[in-house]
Amino acid sequence: MSASNATAAPLAAGFQDPVHDAQGCFRAIMNAMARPGTRQAINAGNLKPPVPLTQVTAAIALTLFDYDTPIWLDKPLMASDAVKTFLRFHTGCPIITEPVEAAFALISTPESMIPLASFNQGSAEYPDRSTTVILSGQDFGSHPAVTFSGPGIKDTVSFASGPVPPVFWDQVIANNRQFPRGIDLVFAGQDALCALPRSTRILKAEV
Amino acid sequence: MNDTAQIFEQGEYNFAYLDEQTKRMIRRAILKGIAIPGYQVPFASREMPMPYGWGTGGVQVTAAILGKDDCLKMIDQGSDDTTNAVSLRGFFEKTAGVRTTYETSEASVIQTRHRIPEKALREDQIIVFQVPIPEPLRFLEPRETETRKMHALEDYGLMHVKLYEDIAKNGHIATTYAYPVKVNDRYVMDPSPTPKFDNPKIDQMAALQLYGAGREKRIYAIPPYTKVKSLDFEDYPFEVQKFDKPCGLCGAENVYLDEVILDDKGGRMFVCSDSDYCEERRADGHLGPMAADPAAHQFGATQAEETAR
Amino acid sequence: MYVAVKGGEKAIRNAHKLMAKRRRGDTSVPSLTLEQIAQQLSHAVARVMGEGSLYDETLAALAIKQARGDLIEAAFLMRAYRTTLPRFGYSQPIDTAKTLVERRVSATYKDLPGGQVLGPTFDYSHRLLDFALAAEEDGLEKPAETARVEDDSMPRVTDLLGDEGLMEPDPVTDEDAPVGDLTREPLSFPADRDLRLQNLARGDEGFLLALAYSTQRGYGRTHPFAGEIRYGEVEVEFFAEELGFAVTLGTIKVTECQMVNQFKGSAKTAPTFTRGYGLVFGQVERKAMSMAMVDRSMRWQELGEEPSAPAQDVEFVLSHSDNIQATGFVEHLKLPHYVDFQAELDLVRRMRGEWFEKRRQEEEEGSAAQEAAE
Repeated sequence: MSASNATAAPLAAGFQDPVHDAQGCFRAIMNAMARPGTRQAINAGNLKPPVPLTQVTAAIALTLFDYDTPIWLDKPLMASDAVKTFLRFHTGCPIITEPVEAAFALISTPESMIPLASFNQGSAEYPDRSTTVILSGQDFGSHPAVTFSGPGIKDTVSFASGPVPPVFWDQVIANNRQFPRGIDLVFAGQDALCALPRSTRILKAEV
Repeated sequence: MNDTAQIFEQGEYNFAYLDEQTKRMIRRAILKGIAIPGYQVPFASREMPMPYGWGTGGVQVTAAILGKDDCLKMIDQGSDDTTNAVSLRGFFEKTAGVRTTYETSEASVIQTRHRIPEKALREDQIIVFQVPIPEPLRFLEPRETETRKMHALEDYGLMHVKLYEDIAKNGHIATTYAYPVKVNDRYVMDPSPTPKFDNPKIDQMAALQLYGAGREKRIYAIPPYTKVKSLDFEDYPFEVQKFDKPCGLCGAENVYLDEVILDDKGGRMFVCSDSDYCEERRADGHLGPMAADPAAHQFGATQAEETAR
Repeated sequence: MYVAVKGGEKAIRNAHKLMAKRRRGDTSVPSLTLEQIAQQLSHAVARVMGEGSLYDETLAALAIKQARGDLIEAAFLMRAYRTTLPRFGYSQPIDTAKTLVERRVSATYKDLPGGQVLGPTFDYSHRLLDFALAAEEDGLEKPAETARVEDDSMPRVTDLLGDEGLMEPDPVTDEDAPVGDLTREPLSFPADRDLRLQNLARGDEGFLLALAYSTQRGYGRTHPFAGEIRYGEVEVEFFAEELGFAVTLGTIKVTECQMVNQFKGSAKTAPTFTRGYGLVFGQVERKAMSMAMVDRSMRWQELGEEPSAPAQDVEFVLSHSDNIQATGFVEHLKLPHYVDFQAELDLVRRMRGEWFEKRRQEEEEGSAAQEAAE
């Protein structure tokens, strides 16, 4: 399926086996969140979501979104009726325009994403009411590496992912300093995903 | 009412009983719990076909994470064949059709009430705790509105005062189970009513720990390799219960023991609370001091015979 | 598939078999039909539907039969079944002014538009065991005339008072604002009135009764008058998106109680009476009244009153009203706790040892001192 005919195409199918596909995908996300920086393979199967939604991002959406989760989309996603129709049909999620009201945010062009501080950071009493931000199209290759330590990490783990905006890691460091408030991040790749909860301590490489 | 039998085959209920919407809601709460270690995430706990207080929180968490390839171990008081463990294991056998086991090392998911297996858990295992009262401050301050503020402000003075009063009055911290811990240097957390003997196990544990409180509608978590410190004082450091005897059946030392009353003349023996651990040791040829005792023999033989089935 | 089997499983199976046998009782006595229960134990059915939070008379009758008449157990069965049902949406608010009234009494007026309709009630009956019932045979009794009023001119008493400005107006709410639902979101505090009323409607009749009673005895007095209690059938409507209008799903029987309570007023607002509201499935007047009284008590903050009594303590009331939660946690003490008990045993033994040791030392020191003195 190419980008040009994506919007005209009929509604793309959801999970073939909604119960077990969602369970498998959830376990990958859970393991990723429990072990920050580790890569978790995800079997997005036969999903052919409309661009710029990717397979892995679509799988995450089908796993976690529903009527109770307001979703914020970045510009390219928001501009695609096919994407909105896909998400609404399969998950029933409300699509909103205020990032601070989002339970989840989907980012299709991370290199130009809005600052992390724009999203809901949760409150001191209810830090769980924060946004989880999902960056799609990530590759875990030759990007500047950072070092993680903290819950879920035995000693330290080195992590590289991109594309991300230039000041991204400074934003994440600031975000995680607010612990227990703050957003959590999911990095969605081609066939795997990684996660970075607010509890992780991040060390940038010396420049 | 007990007959959830054939439910799985009949397709009247979803895999692992819960509907997908409920699973999603619980899964989201689990992710938040993992991201904020030790923080109690509110979730819209459902009525389950077993009573509140009998493991509905643990059951909902297990149902939300369980996959068809998982192997489930269900224990209560450290043992696989206590009545409620049998009942809850049966629930998942019937509604999810998953493989179950008594062996700690074989399980991918372990749901427990009141104990942590003696054998160290691995990275590829998940342990789910059933929690009655998730709020460690509840018995000091019954109001949720107040305790929530205390957690927000990291104001745990009340807890320290309580522990200190214990020492002043009794010479000991008079908390022997559900002993409060501080997770990742931030949240004070109730490790569920496991004896404090098990507290050291949850520090830097390789496995992911998930805690579910159904009636109180809270889920919380400790990711693998997370610092978990039992609260104490410099002059009264945290220490665990020591048994002066080994297990009567398998001779294990430094494990948690159950006291079994043998007669009404003061006869008693101490045996491993973790029944799988004990059986494995005996199968490996370890014998405890009472293994030859007729009373103990009866006790041990029953276990061995049942295992063989 | 490998399934671990041990003794516990057999014991549980046998216990359930035995329970089934006890439930059935003497098999020479005919088995109860669900219809008999639904028809002849309608108060029990109503209570189980209300506390079970599911309106279905046949299922409630089944639950009562299965639970051997244990109504909390029956309500629990209903709740557990209810959670497995798909949710299509929320109904429109029912309009109780349009109730097909079977009973309607007001304690605040001698007579009023639509009249007093005594209807079916235990009130004014002499509580004498009716031995004729014991000897009753099928079809002997002639059904009494139904006192159903097909007249729709039966305004609510609170509306009559409201027309005169004597009743505080119903709080103005945004029609589009979502109504709370504690089966979807865990209860958090402060809890608004919508959630409080939902909680009370599902709450235990006995618990609400005791709380309401306590307010009458001075623990947070509200000076209630039973403005109106009405019981009857009311239509439930559902707004169908695809049709663009509301369709009637059916009718339910409800009891509504509007308590008229002590007036309030201030320099800014003229004195008016205040409201307490109760609504339950079926004819459960005791609970509807109790609910209205407890609702009024919990409104202390918005009405500028001082809290002093248990019934006013919103967190306390809402956290303990649910008998399914309560019975589960109280009864969970039947589960084995020997691991924790072992830990306690150890501590108590140790502390006793230290106590006796200390006393022995004190005695020794005492006798040594005495010897030295001699």
